[in-house]
Amino acid sequence: MALDRWIALIILLICFAYGYTAFFMMDAGMPPFMRRSPIWPSTFPKALAILGIIISLSIVLRMEKSDINFKEGDINYRNLGQYKIGQAFLLLSFMVAYALFLRPMGFLASTTAFLVFSGALLGERKLLRLFLISGLSTGVIWYLVQEVLGIFLRPFPFFLV
Amino acid sequence: MIEGLMIGLGTAFSVTNLLMVVGGCLIGTFIGMLPGLGPMSIIAIMIPIAITIGDPSAAIILLAGVYYGAIFGGSTSSILINAPGVASTVATSFDGYPLARQGKAGKALTVAAISSFSGGTIGAVLLMIFAPALATVALLFHSAEYFALMVVGLSAISTFAGSGQVSKALLMTVLGLIMATVGEGALYNLPRFTMGIMDLQSGFGFITLAMAMFALPEAIYLVLDPSRSNPGEGNAEIRELRITQEEARAIAPVIGRQSIQGFFIGVLPGAGATIASFLGYAVERNIAPKEEQDQFGKGSIKGLAAPESANNAACTGSFVPLLTLGIPGSGTTAILLGALIALNVSPGPRLMVDQPEIFWSVIVSMYLGNLILLILNLPLIPYIAKILIVPRTYLIPFILFFTLMGAYIGQNNATELLILIGFGVCATILRFADYPLAPLLIGFILGSMLEDNFSRSMQLYDGFGFILERPMTLSLLTLALILIAFPTYRARRTRLRAKGVADGD
Repeated sequence: MALDRWIALIILLICFAYGYTAFFMMDAGMPPFMRRSPIWPSTFPKALAILGIIISLSIVLRMEKSDINFKEGDINYRNLGQYKIGQAFLLLSFMVAYALFLRPMGFLASTTAFLVFSGALLGERKLLRLFLISGLSTGVIWYLVQEVLGIFLRPFPFFLV
Repeated sequence: MIEGLMIGLGTAFSVTNLLMVVGGCLIGTFIGMLPGLGPMSIIAIMIPIAITIGDPSAAIILLAGVYYGAIFGGSTSSILINAPGVASTVATSFDGYPLARQGKAGKALTVAAISSFSGGTIGAVLLMIFAPALATVALLFHSAEYFALMVVGLSAISTFAGSGQVSKALLMTVLGLIMATVGEGALYNLPRFTMGIMDLQSGFGFITLAMAMFALPEAIYLVLDPSRSNPGEGNAEIRELRITQEEARAIAPVIGRQSIQGFFIGVLPGAGATIASFLGYAVERNIAPKEEQDQFGKGSIKGLAAPESANNAACTGSFVPLLTLGIPGSGTTAILLGALIALNVSPGPRLMVDQPEIFWSVIVSMYLGNLILLILNLPLIPYIAKILIVPRTYLIPFILFFTLMGAYIGQNNATELLILIGFGVCATILRFADYPLAPLLIGFILGSMLEDNFSRSMQLYDGFGFILERPMTLSLLTLALILIAFPTYRARRTRLRAKGVADGD
């Protein structure tokens, strides 16, 4: 089964879970006066769940024939091995690490580290230059965000401030 | 109209707003030139900054400037290195890049700049004429019509998705609508679908979702496929920016035709600048004399002027439904709508009455933006083009960083970053499978408005009666149904014809 149909299947399951909540669980705790209203908080979700189920089923069952196959210039997911998939995964994990360390390590250190590590991963060999450019831009961005725009960004690690 | 224009001039010509236009155009041009970063990503990245400015007029002027700049920047990279930064400038590369390879990069950039300027300016004049008229009609609409109109808009977006893609676009729209129901709705004061998670109480963050849908997948694509960000065989030197009088005479009618056509295509929800530019190119090619037709694709200046004027006019056209009905027709205007809502401005027919300074200053800033792009960028192009040599080892980490920062600054919450990364990965997988992402974001942004109008009509008419009792609503909903069914029917007929099956009649 092609990836688009797998995705449609997953969305179908999501719609089932969503629909189940809308049809059977949401109205249970509704106050009696709201029951007289023609519209309940679950009305719109119910309609969406039904629509979602119908449309995702139509994709899973391939009711709409598609003439489009792989477009040139796009990424062919069937041959992911020929792309830099490892680099992409590592970069994503750097982003997760950045999200987790941004507060405890402070903006300056975590951002510089993120930029340096990502640049090095992508193949930059002049590490000193990379470090200098990353550090300098981080400082400038911090200044612009905190001092000019007035949005608080803790610059240093938690134990220093 | 004159009075409104005066208000707009008064607002737009303040020092801050002039700086916003200049800054927005420059930032847009710079970033739009980078391969892989389209206007949607750039505007998404700029939103937190725009919101921090606080003044809605200044913010929307900045974002509109960024939008124009990005389109113009996209044309520059299409012409110079055959790497369109934006889908709507793909058609520009058909003739722009061959011209650059013939050593006429300067001329190509001038033609592109003049066509963009004219397209944008004619578009702004048309916007000024049509938007107030449409807003007057829209004032007669009730919530039932609004609901129906939004349904039409969402269906139209799916219709333009292309053959075999309609159900995918529809599914993405519904998914966006489903995501919009998460959190506390305005009408009920009840948390819905939060699964007990406190962070979901206020729903998904719009900026986070915008970044995750556009900026992050673009960046991941750049990592996966290095050839997407390679500058290629760029022309280092750009000389001879002038065009001759004959060339000017040749492109003038093309620009005129395509600006008008592009504008009206831009007004249609879902059509947007990409379709306008391809259609503009195709139309000009078909109506050109035989000998000129052969030149298309090999460096014809008409082939360059057509998509350039069409895409700029369409960008302006896409502001019509946004400003008059509050309904975005494209991903970019959807993001702009989100920004406006965050700034406490609700676009719609009342905007012209309640906050005319915002409405008119946007229009005036369109003129200004186009003018600034022409006079500022044209002489600076040889220098601005140097950004194309930024190596990807610096480019990608910075794109990722700005994406993360955009989501973080808005919420000051590190969990938001994890949500962003999670959604970004999902969006990339959806892109692998050729699911369009713009309908999801449009569905998400329109979701709460759609539900509010639906609920209000249900309450007013005590049930579904509003569909039958209001003829306008019924006709709009029928139109939506036709819009969905038509492409499927047409595709089916084409397939049957290809198989040799005779038509029914």
